[in-house]
Amino acid sequence: MSVVFWILAVITVLGGLTAVTLKNTVHCALALTVAFAGLALLFLELDAQFAGFAQILVYIGAVAILVVFAILLTRGSETPSEGVFSRTWFAGLLIAAAVFAVLAWAVVNSSAALPHETAAPTVNVQQIGHALMGRYVLPLEIVALLLTAAMLGAVIVAMHEKGEQK
Amino acid sequence: MTPLAGYLLVAALVFAIGLAGALTRRNAILVLIGIELMLNAANLNLVAFWRYGPHPELLTGMMFAVFSIAVAAAEAAVGLGLVIAIYRHARTTDLDEINRMKG
Repeated sequence: MSVVFWILAVITVLGGLTAVTLKNTVHCALALTVAFAGLALLFLELDAQFAGFAQILVYIGAVAILVVFAILLTRGSETPSEGVFSRTWFAGLLIAAAVFAVLAWAVVNSSAALPHETAAPTVNVQQIGHALMGRYVLPLEIVALLLTAAMLGAVIVAMHEKGEQK
Repeated sequence: MTPLAGYLLVAALVFAIGLAGALTRRNAILVLIGIELMLNAANLNLVAFWRYGPHPELLTGMMFAVFSIAVAAAEAAVGLGLVIAIYRHARTTDLDEINRMKG
């Protein structure tokens, strides 16, 4: 395990942790961006350059900005008087802890069977392009259709209805 | 501990944090943030298994992650659009107060 991995893991986990615990929602969005960046760097550390840069472009470039827009459009940055956590927060925390315990138990128990260090795969953009245009051309087209439908759907859902009072 | 186990543990931790956020926060946008974290943790698993599994030259796991990122982007756009629509209707994004199916 390299030092770089541990640094990136700490950045990612701390970013995620602050993103769900801070009071101010705008600060949460910023912490979320840090977590996304940490995950992108983990992808790069895993020799998945394409996925890492896709993560930076899509998550930091688009999703984080969308979240900030949504927060500002809904005045979500105002802290509610009765606290930021819901009434059933304890049950939620318990469920999350149980899920983590099960996942960690499974990983630690199967640790011996997991493959060890392997040579870094050499992947260039040409291979990815060939794969996207050959083996994965049908999923690519479906994703293109899905993104178009989602964009139209998001605009229609968030659009002002006719005759609605502002 | 093998490197793969380390990545899997980090992914499990991020997933649990996202789940805790989605289950405990009042604000609908923060619930969406938690869901995004959970999706990202799954992506990290996919890429880690691709890197340390057999036949990484087939690109299977990485392509899965890339498509998953695209689907997550679509989900975020529609989800935040829905939050804005609900806010316009109910004047709040507090999920404890949005408790009626009828408008």
